[in-house]
Amino acid sequence: MRFIKQAFIVTLVGLYTIPKRFSSSIVAVIGIAGVVVVLVAVLSIAEGFRNALTNAGHVDRAIVMRSGADSEMSSGLSGPEVDLIKLGAGVKKEGTQPVASAEMFVVIDLNRKATNTAANVPLRGVDSTVLAVRGEAKIVQGRMFTFGTSEVVVGKSANGQFMGLNPGDVIRSGQASWTVVGVFESNGSVAETEMWCDVRVLQGAYSRGNSYQSVLTKLDSADAFTAFKDDLTKNPQLSVQVVRESDYYAEQSRSITRLIETIGYGIAILMGIGAVLGAVLTMYSAVVSRTREIATLRALGFGSGPVLFSVIGESLFLALVGGVAGGALAYAVFNGYQASTMNWQTFSQVAFGFAVTPALLMQGLTYALLMGFVGGLLPAIRAARLPITTALREL
Amino acid sequence: MKFLPLILRNLRRRPVRTSLTFLAVMVSFLLFGVLMILRLAFTMGVEVAGADRLMMTNKMSIIQPLPLSYLDKIKTTPGVSLVSYSSWFGGIYQDPKNNVFQFAVEPVSYMAMYPEFKLPPEQMKAWLADRQGCIVGKDLAARFNWKVGDKIPIQATFNRPKDGGNVWEFNLVGIYGGEKEVDKTQFLFRHDYLIENRRGGADITGWYLIKVSDPQQSEVVASAIDKQFENSSFESKTQTEQQMARGFANQVGNIGFMVTSISAVVLLVILLIAASQMSLAVRERTNEIGALKAIGFTDGRILSLVLAESVSIALLAGGFGLGLAWLIGQGGDPTGGFLPIWLLRPGDMAVGLAIATAVGLLAGTMPAMWAMRLRISDALRRS
Repeated sequence: MRFIKQAFIVTLVGLYTIPKRFSSSIVAVIGIAGVVVVLVAVLSIAEGFRNALTNAGHVDRAIVMRSGADSEMSSGLSGPEVDLIKLGAGVKKEGTQPVASAEMFVVIDLNRKATNTAANVPLRGVDSTVLAVRGEAKIVQGRMFTFGTSEVVVGKSANGQFMGLNPGDVIRSGQASWTVVGVFESNGSVAETEMWCDVRVLQGAYSRGNSYQSVLTKLDSADAFTAFKDDLTKNPQLSVQVVRESDYYAEQSRSITRLIETIGYGIAILMGIGAVLGAVLTMYSAVVSRTREIATLRALGFGSGPVLFSVIGESLFLALVGGVAGGALAYAVFNGYQASTMNWQTFSQVAFGFAVTPALLMQGLTYALLMGFVGGLLPAIRAARLPITTALREL
Repeated sequence: MKFLPLILRNLRRRPVRTSLTFLAVMVSFLLFGVLMILRLAFTMGVEVAGADRLMMTNKMSIIQPLPLSYLDKIKTTPGVSLVSYSSWFGGIYQDPKNNVFQFAVEPVSYMAMYPEFKLPPEQMKAWLADRQGCIVGKDLAARFNWKVGDKIPIQATFNRPKDGGNVWEFNLVGIYGGEKEVDKTQFLFRHDYLIENRRGGADITGWYLIKVSDPQQSEVVASAIDKQFENSSFESKTQTEQQMARGFANQVGNIGFMVTSISAVVLLVILLIAASQMSLAVRERTNEIGALKAIGFTDGRILSLVLAESVSIALLAGGFGLGLAWLIGQGGDPTGGFLPIWLLRPGDMAVGLAIATAVGLLAGTMPAMWAMRLRISDALRRS
């Protein structure tokens, strides 16, 4: 009890005198805040990218591609194969119609608003069942395209990131021209970077005959997946792979998020070393300037434990201030910041918003406190070991 | 120079503080160096791309093919000195995560197009003699421990072989090397074999590579080429390799901006740390500075002594950090094929050293001014 009381008092004295040591204290605070901003900002990129892809995946939907294909981009299925796939066990039906969409996936060059340079924007040909299969997709502006015409609807992010994608605009690509008639939302997922059109019209435009690249099926339930998969893979007329949609997108996000996270942690560790050293310098100078005060307290009967505690406490306090400031800055500047990057698996753009989540902020704050603790430790030990008599005589 | 011992003494006065500052600055410049490596890696060598080489792709997008019949028309376009073509194969070696990217190329024109790929002449001869032959970069060969004579099976994705299987087998006939900045991770095999052995696509290729005789005329030649194919069912888009690389880098994201912002934060922090340590160091020497002035040191000399101290620590620590980053750059691509150009260039190191000098000067300025303006009587009277 006495220990706590003493520690509290010594810490309080320390905190009260911070304004006197403002310029050296601010070094530790800014150092730690800088690290937290960078850490949280970089990780929020990975988080946002992952969100965009995982929001697209639903456990009760399956993507069927040709076996050996590593994404929709490299897959190919014939018309008869598609018909067989739609008859697979476990596919949800509306009346007698299977809720499944046979699709084609290509990219076309459109200019990015931010840089005015070409980017690979995905154009997906879809079946008339598309809105039944993708229940989360909603037209929010204009209308759905009419099947049989060369109209397209564009995702909200595509509309925001690329030029010439407002309702009424005409996209020219090769000999084809597509009229934008609406904008859709899809839960903030990667689908919002896509443009959708009638798959049969797209087949014609790309001279693909009656061939598709993938079939997206809605299943009776998430549990029906295994039955569906077994049914198709056992069918000797088919050579396909069946992937749960959620797994498909999670896999696509994995390599890029891992790369960004590795870079983010790497930078944060290196910067962290710098910031810890900054904190050490700050706390050393704090201890030096408080030498007489600390020695006086010791002479009055305060133990060395509370002194040790108080120096670490002060360092933690500065770290807390830095961590909160850094987190707040990262949140204010980066949360929801819209960007787009290349999804290497499909060779196409994915627009996403940076996501500064509470978990990331906690991570930043924890790291800040860790830096504060490590930075305060050595100076604290030194303060606790100050020989009272020489310390009082000093200066 | 005469005062070097004095500067060194001052640096050694508080060894703990000096080494902490040293470490903090060093770590920051290590980070700066690594960020520069990353920037170069992510921009995929925009700076190293050739200005006299053009790349012609389908106007709709790079994934759409172009007819092989365009070859002669491009060759006869004025200003064109060499034409080659290439297709992305998209196969998988063992695991998609291996990131082994294969391209089908026409060997003679391709190797002439990229003289920076050094392939021994006898291996080139072997390649021309073997339709199933392939060559790989030194780095890629080292990664999988491939040797000339190995058979390499590649699993097909969209280019399926005619025989109905799913695997293409290549004979490794050569390993090319090259300078540090050359991508030595490519897997190249013969385009005629691709056409002969794949289902469909007998008359198409992925893109054309074109060398112009006068780099100044690149844009003119590019638009002359594109004009020939306007309104056909395969319209083309011809850009310099540099524009292409920049476009790609833009598609990945604004890496340059991110790297610059992070570096700015890091440098600001380090500047603060260095400045606060310098002002501490100067202030606790008030007496001494007074004494130096009393024995005749001019204000200017005091100023330069303090600046020399802070610049030397910043430069020394910065140099160490950059040296470490350079070592990391020597280690090669850590992602396994994802970032083939992985090095710290001398130019970036020079920029780093210049920044270190600036940090040292800035950090020393305030305390140095303070020391310079100090009056002898005040300085000597202090505590």
